[in-house]
Amino acid sequence: MTTRVRRSTLIGFLGPAVAALLLVGIVPLGFAVWKSLHYFNLTKIAQSRFVGLENYIFVLTDPVFWQAMGRTALLFAISVPTQIAIGLTIALVLHRPGMTLFKTLTRLSLVLPMATTYAVVGLLAQVMLNQKYGVINQMLGWVGIDAVNFIGDPTNAFIAVVMWDIWQWTPFVALVLLAGLSTVPPEIEEAAELETRSPWIILRNIQLPYLIPSLVAVLILRTADTLKLFDMPFTMTRGGPGAATEFIAILIERVGNRQFDIGLASAQSIIMLAVTIVLARLYIRLFYREVR
Amino acid sequence: MAAVTQKRGLALEALLLVEICAFCVFPFYWMVTTSLKTQVVALQSPPAWLFTPTLANYTEVLFEDKVGIALINSIIVAVCTTALAVGLGTPAAYALARFEFRGKTDLWFWFITNRFVSPVVLAFPVFLISRDLGLRDTHLALILMYLTFTLPIVIWLCTDQFRSIPKELDEAAMLEGASQWRIFRSICLPLAMPGVAVSAILSFIFSWNELLFAYILAPKAAKTAPAMAVTFMEGYSVPYGKIMATSTLIVVPVLIFALLASKHLVRGLTMGAVK
Repeated sequence: MTTRVRRSTLIGFLGPAVAALLLVGIVPLGFAVWKSLHYFNLTKIAQSRFVGLENYIFVLTDPVFWQAMGRTALLFAISVPTQIAIGLTIALVLHRPGMTLFKTLTRLSLVLPMATTYAVVGLLAQVMLNQKYGVINQMLGWVGIDAVNFIGDPTNAFIAVVMWDIWQWTPFVALVLLAGLSTVPPEIEEAAELETRSPWIILRNIQLPYLIPSLVAVLILRTADTLKLFDMPFTMTRGGPGAATEFIAILIERVGNRQFDIGLASAQSIIMLAVTIVLARLYIRLFYREVR
Repeated sequence: MAAVTQKRGLALEALLLVEICAFCVFPFYWMVTTSLKTQVVALQSPPAWLFTPTLANYTEVLFEDKVGIALINSIIVAVCTTALAVGLGTPAAYALARFEFRGKTDLWFWFITNRFVSPVVLAFPVFLISRDLGLRDTHLALILMYLTFTLPIVIWLCTDQFRSIPKELDEAAMLEGASQWRIFRSICLPLAMPGVAVSAILSFIFSWNELLFAYILAPKAAKTAPAMAVTFMEGYSVPYGKIMATSTLIVVPVLIFALLASKHLVRGLTMGAVK
């Protein structure tokens, strides 16, 4: 299929991209590994020294780090199944024939949340969830629920982040699953519809096998994005109150940018990177078989 | 009987669709209406649904609070990084689609893995390096760092696009004596334009939305619009109308691009796992 070419041609085509990614991806990473082996605090530069694996030992035994990891895992464990449940419902409705124009409009409106600047999503939460002036609390009032202090209370702030994550990413899950549903051969679906009237049986026996790739894609991408999650909770709560919404990326930002302990922040981010790479490899192995 | 239940089913489906649309669109409605409120109206409790709109927030943030400059910074950074990613990424994608060489799979893995790396891993080392090189608070630092996510997107989408172009075209050109570079530039690249355009739009959206690198690397002169919006939250009284006006100005361009590329947005976000 593919052509063998001279080495110089190959370097001409690939060299610039490889050089660029080495420069912006690998060089800083090497620098981070080097710094992670040091005590390096921007406010105490004079005390900088080589400490070996001390930062790593500290991070791996640090309850604050593991609490942030646990919080990130909890966010994932609550919001992703909810996104899949609601997303699948939306996908199944959109997959049904009829009302084409209406469904096209719905599909377009689904595109909006996931494209929205993540920082703006957090700011919107601030405005809409305010205890006194927020429209969400007004709506809760209409159904007889007292105003909730979403941002100021630790548990509620966490719930608010979960709610907002669900708002932003359910449409994405719905569209990925809809793409999966469109791979089901229509003949098979029609034949099944003649056999049974239960949409549940059709979903489980006919559509589910075709949805598996989309579901795995959703799971792994949402894992990577939850580990990365920074903008939305940062603009919404700054990780607070206390540490209630301090997810792993926000913790690392606080240690590095607000406590200036770059040595420690580097060790934390290298550990997080290791987790991310394991997940990324898994993902790529599952989906990009065709390249090999 | 059957007709009645069918009608009811259709009505239920329509209602569900309306709810989905409302769920997605309502926050934007609230953002835009709040941006048209004065601070007094914005701080009404319960919130006002009907009020006299004003554009004062927009003129204020654009001309007094330097949001205009931040938007220009955002445009400069997003356009330059997109151009750079397309310039560097399309030849690489062509090579991955057409040439046979050792280590191809590993190279591919490495390109795509960048999509998964959190910016927080790279932000601090880059902060230190850019400070030493005098690149801190410059557009260039952001443009280069944004390549970590724009380049993988361009490479993925364009490799896919180049593969879909029939090989016979290349072979015919090669018999005519055309070089690989010539084939790439004059035959394949023009044919791959749809894929290149989509990858450019997605690169633009992702760069435009980025906050963490911008927040850490560009605190003043090169500050981008999302980082600017964050600083509004730091005062004592929170100017809701101004924050929402800034948010609207940030979000409108990406939403337009997202709607233009709506069919490909999911493909871009999943790096092609979903066609």
